[in-house]
Amino acid sequence: MAATLDQLFVQLLHGMTAPLPEAIRPWVALAISLGAILAVFGLCFGITTVCERKAIARMQNRLGPNRVGPYGFLQFAADGIKTLTKEDIVPRTADQVVHFLAPLALLVPVVLTFLVLPFGRNMTAMDLEVGLLFFFAAGASTELAVFMAGWSSRNKYSLLGAMRAIAQMLSYELPFILSTIGVVMITGALSTTKIVEAQAAAPGEWLARWHVFTPWGLAAFLLFLIAAFAESNRSPFDLPEGESEIVAGYFIEYSGFKFALFFMAEYLGMFSSSGMAVTLFLGGWTAPFAFLDWVPSWMWFFGKLGVLIALFIWVRGTTPRLRMDQLMDFAWKFMLPLALIILPTAAIWHYAGRGWLGWLVTAPIVVGAYVLLGRSLVGRRRIRQRSYRYAAT
Amino acid sequence: MNPIVPHLIVAVLLFAIGMTGALARRNAILTLVGIEIMLNAANLSFVVFWRFGPNPDPQTGLMFALFSIAVAAAEAAVGLALIIVLFRHRRTTSLDAADSMKG
Amino acid sequence: MSPIFYFLAMLTLGGAVAAMSLRNPVHCALSLVVTFVGLAGVYLGLGAHFLGLSQVLVYVGAVAILLVFVLLLTRGSGKDEFDERPDRWWPALGVGGGLGGVLIAVVLAQPGLALRTAPPELPTVRALGESLMTDFVLPLQVVGVLLTAALIGAAVLALSDRRRTPQDSGPVTSREEGETRR
Repeated sequence: MAATLDQLFVQLLHGMTAPLPEAIRPWVALAISLGAILAVFGLCFGITTVCERKAIARMQNRLGPNRVGPYGFLQFAADGIKTLTKEDIVPRTADQVVHFLAPLALLVPVVLTFLVLPFGRNMTAMDLEVGLLFFFAAGASTELAVFMAGWSSRNKYSLLGAMRAIAQMLSYELPFILSTIGVVMITGALSTTKIVEAQAAAPGEWLARWHVFTPWGLAAFLLFLIAAFAESNRSPFDLPEGESEIVAGYFIEYSGFKFALFFMAEYLGMFSSSGMAVTLFLGGWTAPFAFLDWVPSWMWFFGKLGVLIALFIWVRGTTPRLRMDQLMDFAWKFMLPLALIILPTAAIWHYAGRGWLGWLVTAPIVVGAYVLLGRSLVGRRRIRQRSYRYAAT
Repeated sequence: MNPIVPHLIVAVLLFAIGMTGALARRNAILTLVGIEIMLNAANLSFVVFWRFGPNPDPQTGLMFALFSIAVAAAEAAVGLALIIVLFRHRRTTSLDAADSMKG
Repeated sequence: MSPIFYFLAMLTLGGAVAAMSLRNPVHCALSLVVTFVGLAGVYLGLGAHFLGLSQVLVYVGAVAILLVFVLLLTRGSGKDEFDERPDRWWPALGVGGGLGGVLIAVVLAQPGLALRTAPPELPTVRALGESLMTDFVLPLQVVGVLLTAALIGAAVLALSDRRRTPQDSGPVTSREEGETRR
C-alpha cells in the first residue's frame, strides 16, 4: 500500500506513455511532466500569494484579503482574472521586440529549473547527470531577462531597478553556487537524484544523513538560503523593486498579463530555489527518521518545501530592507569568504568521518569563521539597543 | 553525409561572421563581440573533433574547449575593463579615437 | 543529421549575423546571447553535457551581462558610427568571405574526414573531474592563476583613477589649468 502510494505518479506516467512507440516515449514523458509541474506549481503560486497576504496582514495587525470565497481564499482567482482582462500597455518609446520577449525570457528558464528537481522517489522529470549545473545555468540566464525588461522600457526607474537587480543577483550568485560545492564534494556527483539518495538513512541508523545535520552543511544551508532570498529579489533584498525608492523596479512599464508573468516568475524562482535547498541539504524526499519511511516520498518533499516557503513569508513580514552598500558588503565580505572557508571544511569532514572527530575538527572552524567574519563586517560600530527619546516604551 | 562536415561548416561560417564583424565594426565593444564569436567557433571545432575525430583519448578535445571557455571569460573581463578606461580618456568607445600613442 | 541540429545551426548563425550587423549595440549583445545558447544546444546534441551547460553559465550568465553592463556604462557613445563610413564593410566582407570560402573548400575537399562513425563513450562528470585533477592538473592551475590575474587586472584598470585624470584628458600646460579642469 505504502509502496503503491509512493510510486503513484510514476505508475500513472508510465501507464500514459506505455502505448506510445519507443522513439518518442521520453519526449512525451518529459512534456507530461512539464505540464504537471506547471499545473502543480501554478496552483502553488496562487495559494502562496493568498497565504502570504494573509500571514503578512496578521503580522501587521490587519485583516488582509477576506472578500472572495471562504476567508478570502479565492482572492488569487479574482486577481488572475483581473490581470488577464486588463489592457496591455506598451510605452510608445519602448523597444517593442525586447519589451515583448523579456517576460518570456524570464519565465522559461525558471520553469526549466524545475525539471531537475527530484520531487519523490523516481520522480525527476529529467534525470541529468549534470542536474545541478543545469539548475545554475538556467538560473543564471534569468539575469539577462531582467536586464531586457529594464532596458527596453526606456524608463529611468526601470533601468535603475534592472542595474540594481543584476548587481545583486551577480553578487549573490557566487555564494549561491559556492555553498553547494561542499555537497557535490561529499556526494561525488552533480546529479540531484544521487545527491538525495546519498542523504537517506543508512541501514541500521535511526537518523537520516541529511547534510544540514553536519557543521559545514548547516552553514552552507544558511548561506544557500540567504542567497536564495537575494536571487528571488524578496525582502530583505528587495531593493530592485523597492516601492518607496524606484516605484517597482524593472517591471514598472509592464501591465496586464505580462506583469502577472513577472510576478509568477518571481514566485516560481522562490519555489525552485527552496526545492533545491531541500534537495541539497534537507535530504530531498527522504524521511528524517528511519521509522518514518512509510510516508510517501513526495509528501516529504512538498512538506519541506512548504516549511521553507513559510520561512520566506515570515522573513518578508519581519525584516526591513537593506541599503545598497550593506547588501554588497554582506555578499562580498561575509558570505563569499564564509563559503570559501566551508569548502575545505567539507573536505576535512570527508576524511575525518561522521563521528565525534569530524565534529571536533570542523565545528570550531565554522563557528570561528562565522564569528571573525561577522566581527569584521560590523567593524568598530557598537551595536546597542536603540533608545527612543519620545516614544513611550 | 558525414556528420562532421555540417558541424565544421557551421564553425567556419561562425568564424567568418565574427571576423567580418570584428574588422568592420568600430565600436570597441562590438569588436570584442566579434572576437568572442570567433573563439566560440574555434570551441565548436574542438568539440566536433572530440566527438568524431580519431584521437583515442576520450577527453582532450573537451578539456581544451573547457579551458578555452575559462580563458575567454578572463579575456572578456580584461578587454571590457580596457574599454572602460578608453571611454574615460576619450569619452567614446570608437576604435578610431584610439589611434594616438600619447595618453 | 537531425533537424534539431539544423535548427540550432540556423539559430547560432542567425544570432551571429544579427550581432555583427544590427545598429543598436544592446541588440547586438542580446543577439550574441542567442548565438551562445544555440552553440550550447549543439554541444548538448554532441553529448558534451558538462561543456554545454558551462557555456550557458559562463557566457550567458557572466560574459553577456558584463557586455551589457559596459554598454550602459559607456552610454553617450551608444550610437555606432558604422553607417558614416560604409567603405570599411567591403574589405571586411571580402576578408571574411574569402576566409570562409577557403575554409569551407578545405573542409569539403578532405576525403579522409570520415574518421570515426561510432561515437566514443561519453565521459561521465566523474571521469572529467578525475582527469582534471590528474592529467590536466597543470593547465588547471595555470588557468586559476590566469583568472586571478585577470580579475585583479580588470579591477585595477576599471578603478577610477582620479589622481591622473586631469593630465590624461589632454595636454596640460600649467598646473593651474590642471586644477581648473578638475
